[in-house]
Amino acid sequence: MEIQKKMGIERVKITAGYFILALGAFSMLFPFVWMLLTSFMTQEQIFSYPPVLLPEPFIVDNYKNIFEKIPIVKYFFNSTVVSVFTTLGQVIVSSMAAYAFARLEFKYRELIFFVFLATIMVPPQVNIIPLFFLMREFYWIDTFYALIVPGLFGGFGVFLLRQWFKSLPKSLDEAAKIDGCNPLQTYWYIIMPVSLPGIATLAIFTFVSSWNSFMWPLIVTNSDLMRTLPVGIAVFKGSFRETTEWGQLMACAVISVIPVIFVFLLGQKYFIKGIMMGSAKE
Amino acid sequence: MNQFNYFKNKLNRLAQKDIFWAWIFILPALLGTLIFIVFPILASFIISLTQWNLISAPKFAGLNNYIELLTSNEFYFVLFNTFYYAITTTVLGIIFPLFLAVLLNKNIKGGNIFKTSYFIPFITPLIVAAIAWEWIFDPNTGILKWIFFNTRIEWLYDKNIAMLAIIIVSVWKNLGYNLVILLAGLQSISPGINEASKIDGAWGIKNFVYITLPLLTPSIFFVLVMTTILSFHVFDLIYLMTQGGPENSTMILVYWLYKNAFEYFKVGKASAIAYILFIILFVITFAQWKFRKKWVLNE
Repeated sequence: MEIQKKMGIERVKITAGYFILALGAFSMLFPFVWMLLTSFMTQEQIFSYPPVLLPEPFIVDNYKNIFEKIPIVKYFFNSTVVSVFTTLGQVIVSSMAAYAFARLEFKYRELIFFVFLATIMVPPQVNIIPLFFLMREFYWIDTFYALIVPGLFGGFGVFLLRQWFKSLPKSLDEAAKIDGCNPLQTYWYIIMPVSLPGIATLAIFTFVSSWNSFMWPLIVTNSDLMRTLPVGIAVFKGSFRETTEWGQLMACAVISVIPVIFVFLLGQKYFIKGIMMGSAKE
Repeated sequence: MNQFNYFKNKLNRLAQKDIFWAWIFILPALLGTLIFIVFPILASFIISLTQWNLISAPKFAGLNNYIELLTSNEFYFVLFNTFYYAITTTVLGIIFPLFLAVLLNKNIKGGNIFKTSYFIPFITPLIVAAIAWEWIFDPNTGILKWIFFNTRIEWLYDKNIAMLAIIIVSVWKNLGYNLVILLAGLQSISPGINEASKIDGAWGIKNFVYITLPLLTPSIFFVLVMTTILSFHVFDLIYLMTQGGPENSTMILVYWLYKNAFEYFKVGKASAIAYILFIILFVITFAQWKFRKKWVLNE
């Protein structure tokens, strides 16, 4: 009797837990579902109240219109170029430095590593103004250089990969050395291939944050054709005067969210692992 | 020829040493970090000591920018907004994920699906979140009006509510990140400990408060530090949803910095704001680090 009662309570608890979790998940995803549905509605239906959930009629005009109104294909292209090159560069630069910090012995190693670590703690807004003037001196404003090059550096990648490389057995390097590999060969042929999960973590992180980046591309681009997706859409959003074309904005939002969700679902495992690795640094 | 061989030998000998390779490996990262991060940080401080409108040459102004800031009412108003936003987002941004993480930790079916759905807002561009939420908040036809039984709330246009609206979006967006970390923390607590405490008669809330929570403090500490730092960085949300309005009620430090630098062209003042932000963050992080001994397990 007692046990049955307890089991009953347990079952109620689990059901309640499920209910709360489902409610939470619903409020997380609802804005996206709403956005997707709205992007297929007519302006008339969008502004009707009480709100209608399903598009009726189902139209694709919002998508057609944004392709005519704004260079969204170019924005998409710019964002892709910036994110891909930032990711590639960040992985190469960080992994090289991380390899030296994790596997090689040299003077001032700890001191230099500390400089890298310290840069993580400084808010990015502190250096954004001088960085802007630096870009102007280099004549990089409104070019891909300004959008990509400063994004290649930062302590986070070095830190993350150093943790990873340190966890590999030292015998790997020694075996490679006996086989006549110099450190460059060891790095490229031995360490990198066995570290693919760690590299994937950094790559996904960099890709997503580069794709989503807003303040920097806003500051260093002037011409419409150099804008990245978030900045282009923000300008488009700000251009409405009388009535906002919500359907078209939603269509833009849908287009810009697809690649990150795709990359995330592809590498979800690594992404979550990366977050946990970051939290276990103490 | 002899000399050439001499250099070749020297180079060969150098190539045997770690230090030679080490510098080759760290040089790209080090140069980039010095040029694009360290140098701008130092330059920022020097600019903060000048008066500069981008057109004429910068004039040295000593600590004038700092004095002007610290004696103006506007600064304290913005500072108050920033702290209000940061503290509320940090507290809510820990409580909600903690609650959900505890529920998810019960080894329920479909846990991964939940985890993924909680995580999706975190990886989406803020512009997407801003558009979706602005439409949800719409006082005329927004879905929130419908959910709240046709109550008209001017979410983004009322100076008393706008900040709350920003906080809601921000907590919604970052919930997944903290959830993953807290869940990892919970999963590292061995099930035996909970079993033992149950035998000792600690069930439910009691078990959570006296057993689970103390064991989770290292994860909570990490989440606290990260969330605090990130909440002082907020820019995109303000820029996209309220532009600091209405009546400056959502004006926070970073947005103010941006306006001063790139709209009012007071670059010296903007740099001073940046440094004050830096100092505030440093002090807070340092204090959190110091006080951790008082409540974090094994510290």
